[in-house]
Amino acid sequence: MTDLTHMTLADARDALKAKKISAVELTDAHIAAVEAARSLGAYVLETPDQARMMAKASDDKISKGVAGPLEGIPLGIKDLYATKGVRTTACSHILANFVPQYESTVSSQLWRDGAVMLGKLSNDEFAMGSSNESSAFGPVASPWTPPNWSVEKAKSVLAGDKKGLLVPGGSSGGSASAVAAGLCLGATATDTGGSIRQPAAFTGTVGIKPTYGRCSRWGIVAFASSLDQAGPIARTVRDSAIMLRSMAGHDPKDTTSVDRDVPDYEAAIGRSVKGMKIGIPKEYRVDGMSAEIDALWTKGADMLRAAGAEIVEISLPHTKYALPAYYIVAPAEASSNLARYDGVRYGLRVPGKDITDMYEKTRAAGFGPEVRRRIMIGTYVLSAGYYDAYYVRAQQIRTLIKQDFEKAYAAGVDAVLTPATPSPAFGIGEKGGADPVEMYLNDVFTVTVNMAGLPGLAVPAGLSSDGLPLGLQLVGRPFDEETLFSLGEVIEQAAGRTKLPEAWWV
Amino acid sequence: MSVDQATVRRIARLARIAVTDEEVPHLMGELNAMLSFVEQLGEVDVTGVEPMTSVTPMAMKKRVDQVSDGGYPETVTGNAPMTEDHYFLVPKVVE
Repeated sequence: MTDLTHMTLADARDALKAKKISAVELTDAHIAAVEAARSLGAYVLETPDQARMMAKASDDKISKGVAGPLEGIPLGIKDLYATKGVRTTACSHILANFVPQYESTVSSQLWRDGAVMLGKLSNDEFAMGSSNESSAFGPVASPWTPPNWSVEKAKSVLAGDKKGLLVPGGSSGGSASAVAAGLCLGATATDTGGSIRQPAAFTGTVGIKPTYGRCSRWGIVAFASSLDQAGPIARTVRDSAIMLRSMAGHDPKDTTSVDRDVPDYEAAIGRSVKGMKIGIPKEYRVDGMSAEIDALWTKGADMLRAAGAEIVEISLPHTKYALPAYYIVAPAEASSNLARYDGVRYGLRVPGKDITDMYEKTRAAGFGPEVRRRIMIGTYVLSAGYYDAYYVRAQQIRTLIKQDFEKAYAAGVDAVLTPATPSPAFGIGEKGGADPVEMYLNDVFTVTVNMAGLPGLAVPAGLSSDGLPLGLQLVGRPFDEETLFSLGEVIEQAAGRTKLPEAWWV
Repeated sequence: MSVDQATVRRIARLARIAVTDEEVPHLMGELNAMLSFVEQLGEVDVTGVEPMTSVTPMAMKKRVDQVSDGGYPETVTGNAPMTEDHYFLVPKVVE
């Protein structure tokens, strides 16, 4: 498409401020790009009229000199964020016609700061998945094509069942695909076990899951409340820092949001990392890890060392238990959170012979297979006689996982460097068909961070031998997102920004 | 630990999700795959370890115990599948 859709958010902001471009122009270019990319499936709802109206209001504000920090910046919003008067489905059939009467706190802060909404982005149903294949709207294709595929082949498969094209990751697959394809300058996302960082790594984009409590969860469809956090996906480390500043902050409507000043994250970009101590956890060198991922990890450590950081090996002994413990805690919380979808107050309703029959039929028809499976496992681990053996034990292990990190930080480590994912993106229809655990292993490097409530940044660090993006993850101390942005910028500068794919889908 | 078909039906009932006879064996396989995956947690010595209750330690915030919101029943019931006079309608529960 046009150059306007391939600017960084920071450059667009500066060009708007300098009146080199108008917000309406910038928004129109994005609306056209979104329309031309419908076959990717990134957007599940386009809001072009609202976008033009918001852009016009932004131009007025810019001309009056009262522009906000994100004035005129077109963004996509994950369909887990309630948007007032705009259908919000969590990509589930059970919320197919849900139109919120309120706006999520995080998105309201983006509009407060002048951003423009282009539409709602696809995700795995209720954010449960690592490939965006469980969305009720169907899979989303990554703008990256499988190795050795011709444009003709990719286009013809895109017009059909999309099988074999690459997944954008998940659950924030629509967000990652849209950002990588130039369909918005940045997107909101959410992360419960890796749902921001894994899609960012799969698409050559940058994503940050902030510290638990940094962003308000109010108005975001709940999956597992003790793990869920909102965060941005953008094309550069700087862009993600700019977005996070607007998204973060205390909200009296979410008692788990933290009353703590929001720093100017962008100011951390370019700050020296000299003398910082970076931990390399030996337990992340998992069995069967590809040589390519291992090499990328070493390369990332070398980049930070070259910038003056000190690299030290550390031990996080409970790492291997994070994923199984997560698959108790997250489904348990989900089974409780999703009890609200009962066909009474909102959402789908399937009539039954009595109220229980109505509940059961509504929930069987409304939830997809992955969501049903997780609700059932959560129900089981919370049921009488199993609660202590599963749920309490998993929460004890969670304490141990957090202590592992605390010990490393107490020993002077400023941040931890790990791979973001165990592999590059895989194909649509390739994983999790027979055994759900195969798909869950995608989150092996990211899930510990949610279990410990820490901030984690995924940054592109290079390409695989097949030419697909690979990412590294930086994990920080609680509320020290700034250090992650400083270190992430070093990697981005050293590795060079990933060149995103040309628009072959048009 | 693993689940049998009767347990799958009991869990489905507790979760208020209708399952068909054909779905039960398939669900049993998937649930057992997940349960066997989490079995390794049994190896960990958790003696004396506090179960986590709050990942970011903070004092519970309190507010004054008074009505702070409301007065718009049409908005509250606006997305309900069935309503009458601002009440949610459900199938009869008392004979």
